[in-house]
Amino acid sequence: MSDAPEGLRRTAPRADNQDPALFGQTPWQTVGPFFHYGLPWKGGADLVGASGIGARPDLFPAEHDVLHLAPPRGPVTGEVVALVGTVFDGEGKPVPDAMIEIWGANAAGRYHGEADTRTGIPLDPGFIGFGRAAVDARGGFRFLTLRPGRVPLAPGDDRRQAPHLAVGVFGRGLIKRLATRLYFADSEGNGDDPVLALVPEARRRTLLAPRIAEEPPTYRFDIVLCGDGETVFFDL
Amino acid sequence: MSDATPRPRGEPGQPPSLFPPYRSTVLRSPREPLVRIPPTLTELTGPAGTWDALMGPAIADLTRHGRGPGVALGQRIVVTGRVLDEDARPVPDTVVEIWQANAAGRYIHRGDQWNAPLDPNFTGTGRVVTDGGGRYRFTTIRPGAYPWGNHRNAWRPAHIHLSLLGPAFATRLVTQLYFPDDPLIEIDPIANAVPMPYRNRLVARFDIDVTEPNHALGYVFDLVLRGRDATPWEA
Ligand SMILES: [Fe+3]
Repeated sequence: MSDAPEGLRRTAPRADNQDPALFGQTPWQTVGPFFHYGLPWKGGADLVGASGIGARPDLFPAEHDVLHLAPPRGPVTGEVVALVGTVFDGEGKPVPDAMIEIWGANAAGRYHGEADTRTGIPLDPGFIGFGRAAVDARGGFRFLTLRPGRVPLAPGDDRRQAPHLAVGVFGRGLIKRLATRLYFADSEGNGDDPVLALVPEARRRTLLAPRIAEEPPTYRFDIVLCGDGETVFFDL
Repeated sequence: MSDATPRPRGEPGQPPSLFPPYRSTVLRSPREPLVRIPPTLTELTGPAGTWDALMGPAIADLTRHGRGPGVALGQRIVVTGRVLDEDARPVPDTVVEIWQANAAGRYIHRGDQWNAPLDPNFTGTGRVVTDGGGRYRFTTIRPGAYPWGNHRNAWRPAHIHLSLLGPAFATRLVTQLYFPDDPLIEIDPIANAVPMPYRNRLVARFDIDVTEPNHALGYVFDLVLRGRDATPWEA
């Protein structure tokens, strides 16, 4: 049944989102410069505690802050680590309007989502493993999370990956997300990680975060979008 | 899980990272080739089923989400549609986040300082989770066009930013919705990063059957995520 009067309904096809002939992947578009009140929420970069890191409440009026702290979570199991870094552009300048997302397994090496069906490995009810942070005015970010356990390569392929986090980079001027990975430079398993093995040897260091401080163990992962020392980005 | 492997890359409808007419891409897009990796368990998984614990409750009506009891100004609209995979199967349990300018084309963001009015009753952000049929629905205000500094007399077409995060890291999507018959689309560098005819995938359709009598105009906008097949790891 239609609300349009008889005889007035448009029937000619028009090229838009609903055209069957155009059906296919929705194209990416940039997050633009104004994502700060729509995407990063307070606490989004703290995957293990209750701090408010990750948001930029300085960029919009307090009365409009609808992105509240996430509900309290239970305690987590594992070693808390901090991840810090700066996003740089092709001239080596910090990028002040980027956003970082991380996705990682729990300390036992299990992903929280429903897609990881390996029931023999414990879930950590207090730990989801997804985080989001807007960078600060100097391009810097900081996450608190758990050191992830090792996970198998793929369903049906038990080769183990070294501990790592999937990292997504978004921002003004980034039409599409850039996907990379953070590995812990001092970790076991990096030498035979099947994904690192696909990266040209001279560029692997861009994915290996050095340990720069203790309590909590802190790893530095700078992200260079373009040019000298460009971070390795993946075609997933 | 075994059918969650994204399809081969190289989808022709996707924009490049480097598109010089959108000037900010020039120093922010990689020059080295992307390193192709087969999806591993890491990319095949994602934080589905955790949204409330992660982000808090849904915000589906942006017209009544200001601090006071007031209602946002502007043309009230419903934006609804489905999230699908490339085989047109619905993708449930995907979080759809949106943010947008108000009816005058102004964001509440401190970085947005052009002299259009702010609306105290409009924040311009929302989020919902798709239902079992992959459906989402927002009530909001039709955003205005706004100027930006990319080139002389540059105006963004009216648009709503959308972010989708579902069961897999590999199927993440951030995009923008445009409105039909907007003359700014064809001269907008960001929209033009997407080649024709695929750019039209970003144009919502006005739908009289979604339109609510005496309340709001209706627009339909489906989102298609990267598909799934059973391509195994082949290193
Ligand atoms: Fe915008």
